Amino acid sequence: MTETAVRTSLSRRLVRLAEAATTPLLPADYLDLVAPLRPGADLRARVVSVRPETRDAATLVLKPGADWAGHVPGQYLRIGVDVDGVRQWRAYSLTHGPRRDGHISITVKAVPGGTVSPYLVHETKPGTLVHLEPAAGDFVLPTEARKLLFVTAGSGITPVIGMLRNLFPVTEEGVARPSGKPAHDIVVLHVAPSEPDSIFLADLRALEAAGAIRLVARYDDQHGVLDLADLAGLVPDLAERTTYACGPGGLLDALTEHHESAGLPLFTEQFRPTMIEPGEGGTLHFADGRSVEADGATPLLEVAESAGVLMPSGCRMGVCFGCVLPLKEGAVRDLRNGAITTVDPTTSAAGGVPIQTCINAAAGDCHLAH
Amino acid sequence: MTVLQKKSESPIAHLSPEDVELIGIELDAIRQEVLDSRGARDARYIRKVITTQRYLELGSRAVLLASVFPPAWILGTAGLSVAKILENMEIGHNIMHGQWDWMRDPKIHSTTWEWDNASPSEQWKHSHNELHHTYTNVVGKDNDLGYGIMRVDEDQRWHPMYLGQPLWNFVNACFFEYGIAAYDLELGRNLRIPKEKRSEDFKARAKATLKKIRRQMTKDYVVHPALSIPTGSFLPTLAANFTANLVRNLWTHSVIMCGHFPEGVETFEKKSIEGETRGEWYLRQMLGSANISGGAATHMMTGNLSFQIEHHLFPDLPSNRYAEIAPKVRALFDKYDLNYHAAPLPKQVASAWHKIVRLSLPNGWLDDTNAKNAPKQLAKLYKMTTGGPKVRRLIEAADRRARNDARINAA
Ligand SMILES: Cc1cc2nc3c(=O)[nH]c(=O)nc-3n(C[C@H](O)[C@H](O)[C@H](O)COP(=O)(O)OP(=O)(O)OC[C@H]3O[C@@H](n4cnc5c(N)ncnc54)[C@H](O)[C@@H]3O)c2cc1C
Ligand code: FES
Repeated sequence: MTETAVRTSLSRRLVRLAEAATTPLLPADYLDLVAPLRPGADLRARVVSVRPETRDAATLVLKPGADWAGHVPGQYLRIGVDVDGVRQWRAYSLTHGPRRDGHISITVKAVPGGTVSPYLVHETKPGTLVHLEPAAGDFVLPTEARKLLFVTAGSGITPVIGMLRNLFPVTEEGVARPSGKPAHDIVVLHVAPSEPDSIFLADLRALEAAGAIRLVARYDDQHGVLDLADLAGLVPDLAERTTYACGPGGLLDALTEHHESAGLPLFTEQFRPTMIEPGEGGTLHFADGRSVEADGATPLLEVAESAGVLMPSGCRMGVCFGCVLPLKEGAVRDLRNGAITTVDPTTSAAGGVPIQTCINAAAGDCHLAH
Repeated sequence: MTVLQKKSESPIAHLSPEDVELIGIELDAIRQEVLDSRGARDARYIRKVITTQRYLELGSRAVLLASVFPPAWILGTAGLSVAKILENMEIGHNIMHGQWDWMRDPKIHSTTWEWDNASPSEQWKHSHNELHHTYTNVVGKDNDLGYGIMRVDEDQRWHPMYLGQPLWNFVNACFFEYGIAAYDLELGRNLRIPKEKRSEDFKARAKATLKKIRRQMTKDYVVHPALSIPTGSFLPTLAANFTANLVRNLWTHSVIMCGHFPEGVETFEKKSIEGETRGEWYLRQMLGSANISGGAATHMMTGNLSFQIEHHLFPDLPSNRYAEIAPKVRALFDKYDLNYHAAPLPKQVASAWHKIVRLSLPNGWLDDTNAKNAPKQLAKLYKMTTGGPKVRRLIEAADRRARNDARINAA
């Protein structure tokens, strides 16, 4: 045996010994107590700081676990936080390029009445441990130099600021233009309800002052709501540019239509997840592709069984939890007290949300991981 | 005692069907109040208990590495016993009930938790959550009533083999985790089936149980003792782990006996639960459970099964909330003139043991026996034990007649 082979077989034996000593738990369950960010742990991060950006937005700097694989500016991550004791998952764009200290950051705007964003902006304390999924998304820049237009609305500035900070790092001497990065020609069309609500406005202005970008700011309260017919006026060389847009669905839809008819290239990133409105009944889908209609008053367990699907079950009255299955997507209503559970893939844990099928009925189309 | 439906004075005779449904509505409201206020405080609670338990187990096992020194042995064994009890009761039992599923934390979830016990959690959840909690105290359906090997009710015909029942019960208490595993496997019933006819399902489950037992034993009786070899503590650590398991077994067995066995807790007929309404189901849980009164430490160490009544009414509410809702539940018992069965641990354990001894003997034997008639009673018991079914039946019939006459004369 070679030396490394000896070493790996020895470490494998040590791992097995540790497992035998901690069963039915895993060594990881104990290591998590003291080193939750170690290599091999589930992906987590510790909140390093929370810095307010505007009245209702803040940047969270995170120290990710050792296994964080990095990201490309413009990508987002999914973060899992416990709000009122319940694990919630949401997506946030990364607002820095790769940093020297290995930290990452997200900038969150508190959506009024939202579950997670107000908590992140106003209540998160440094030191809090959060859960992560690896960076994802293909809202990223081309590698060769291009003429670009960024259209950002509201908190849609976040992925763009991540890209810009990566292209033009701020050093002690001001905004730098490192060689080795593609020399894009960039226009940023920034749309916001009003000037004070604009996240990262100071950064955009500094970039403009340094000659890195041309900034076109449009505030609803000063200029009126943006009309895309004016776009060519605001950006005269629009036809030569590739557009990257991030903002509310309405703006993106309009932009898509506009660019399609003009035959212009467009990349978009939408923040608002597909909203699931609970209703009465829906179609119940199973993992193997089968589906069946479910009314709003019959438990999913019964609906599935009468369609011939073998389902786990026990008491059939909500007591034993023998019927729990993950709901990947959809909405269900607890027949005992009317409580609604909605699940959409961007705002729930990767495997879905486990529900009791014996006391929940469809409140919309439902996808069961079964 | 006898099943509630056959009692001459039923403790629920004064309730109308409307009352029963009203009780159900009031209990639903208590449940909803907890659901509406469930949150960060509760999550912090269970995480803290889990973290404390893990540090306690780690610390105790570390101390036991030097268990040749008697103080280390005592400290480590005591710590490990407490850690194992916490893990099984306040943590394992309650998580596997789905009490913490609402947190959506995959590490503290009924579908993923595995506990420090011989029975794999999958099997325990089936027999405990599905069978025991659904069929609570229904004679012939709820095997928790005597774990299928005991006489728990006057209506079960007496047989001489039941004389051994107090002894079995004690042996079962000492090795309770294996008793539970055997019971979850329905080992008795399955072993009676010829080997080649046993179901695939049983074989798979038996294999899973054996694997779990092997792992558990390797941990407690091989790995940790072996890690203690450097200080010459192999045998002391082995003994410490055995003791901790024994303590845990005796303790959990006692607590569980207190939940449904004490004198005065009702049992029910199979027929009585057909088409049971939600109110009736609640009522059965109310009458079929008994609480242990005591302080915070008692509640923690019993996994809040000291609030057995509240737990049986609402098995999926977080355990830290049972103490909070207990006064409301108790007020409801008072309002409807029902017996809220609560007593300190020693009293409940004694009461449960008394019942086990009483039922190990022919009906009425223990009550009828006093210093004066003891020789006569012993002679009768001897005859019933050795005389065969016919003799037994004759004596039982004569006893019944005598008791009837006594009742009529008294009236
Ligand atoms: C790929 C991606 C990247 C994202 N990046 C960012 C980011 O960098 N910064 C950021 O602040 N957010 C970002 N979001 C949005 C974020 O994931 C959440 O949807 C948002 O923070 C609201 O969550 P909440 O729990 O507070 O609201 P919820 O409780 O989920 O929703 C409450 C109410 O707010 C409405 N709502 C939901 N989302 C929005 C929204 N984005 N704008 C306005 N109303 C909304 C809902 O319709 C609902 O009525 C991103 C989303 C996606 C899909
Ligand atoms: S089958 Fe028992 S909780 Fe659903």
